[in-house]
Amino acid sequence: MALSAEESSRLTGLLDEHAERITNRWVELLAASLRGRLSQAELRRQVQELHHAMIEAARSGGFDLESESAGELRAVLAELSRGRARQGFTATETATSVYALKDVMLEVLETDTTDARTLRDYVAFSSLVDQMGLFTFESFVRTRESLIADQAEQLLELSTPVVKIWEGVVAVPLVGTLDSARAQVVMERLLQTLVDTSSPYAIIDITGVPAVDTQVAQHILKTVVAARLMGADCIISGIRPQIAQTIVALGIEFGDIATKASLADALRHVLRLTGVEAARRQPRRES
Amino acid sequence: MERVPVLKIGDILLVSIQVDMSDQTAVQLQEDLAERIVATGCHGVIIDITALAIVDSFVGRMLSTIASISRVLDAETVVVGMRPAVAITLVELGLSLEGIRTALNVERGMELIAATRDDDHGYDDADEPGDQSTDTR
Repeated sequence: MALSAEESSRLTGLLDEHAERITNRWVELLAASLRGRLSQAELRRQVQELHHAMIEAARSGGFDLESESAGELRAVLAELSRGRARQGFTATETATSVYALKDVMLEVLETDTTDARTLRDYVAFSSLVDQMGLFTFESFVRTRESLIADQAEQLLELSTPVVKIWEGVVAVPLVGTLDSARAQVVMERLLQTLVDTSSPYAIIDITGVPAVDTQVAQHILKTVVAARLMGADCIISGIRPQIAQTIVALGIEFGDIATKASLADALRHVLRLTGVEAARRQPRRES
Repeated sequence: MERVPVLKIGDILLVSIQVDMSDQTAVQLQEDLAERIVATGCHGVIIDITALAIVDSFVGRMLSTIASISRVLDAETVVVGMRPAVAITLVELGLSLEGIRTALNVERGMELIAATRDDDHGYDDADEPGDQSTDTR
């Protein structure tokens, strides 16, 4: 896809000769397509950077986006698409930033030369711009992916607090959808907290879980079984009416695991098991 | 050959497994423990596996066997100190320690054994006052 030395020298000539006109027209087209979401000055700076990098790349001989001499051009393109991705532009808008150059060049070639080589030049040049556009698109996608990965990680970090709510009782308020990765984190945190605080009771509160399917139930059951193996008992609380219906409809069996409607019920249940309530009642009887 | 020590604390025998278990060690431990239960008349056995980083089906079966032997000799077995990672692995492998009671640490294990013995004594106590009351009448 590389341009020959001759073609790239002609391209340099064109870009150099009509520098002012090309950048102006380019900025104009971009401003129209982005509908004023970036300032003219900002666009002009980006376009000039690109324009400059292209001339540099073309000047060093055969123009090839993969080659070492086009390193600066690649960096500029990557920077441009990173910026666009972070500012929330669509992929089309980002790629158009580069593709607009085709229209500009067509206009320039039309008015400037009527040479027989014009068409061939334009086709060669056009394929180069396509390549640049694809590169932009790839950088754009990469940036978006890293953004998504960062957010998933942040979500994982803030999602699973294990809180001690009574002597020997810890609670895990689960919020959000439980996938395998999150369930694993929840399980590890809970079990570790059980060991650290030597609490024999854990309450898993699923009020914040939007839907319970067989997979989520499986994760919860695994956690409960693991806790039992370690010598702690789990109570599941916060089961909403719809969730209860879903659980029955799906035929999920919680076996002998205690389930309660609310966290308060679960805590009362645990306290009764540990005999705290009995201790509170006695003084009342005496009085 | 490595041997696992069996310690007597009050009414309880404490076995802390600190070495990798082999067939021989396991058999030796079962023999030692059975003899000690009979010799001391203890009613509780606590097996501490805090130091075990890996619990596979072999160790699981050994624990089950020890629990069964102890039960025959009227002693309650409690496995304590299982690590979270070990518990997760056991669950993922689908292994369960059938017929074994567990507790978080040695202290909790002793409480658990005391509680079960209390329950048993509780029935005895319930009978005794009944007898006394008939005497007083």
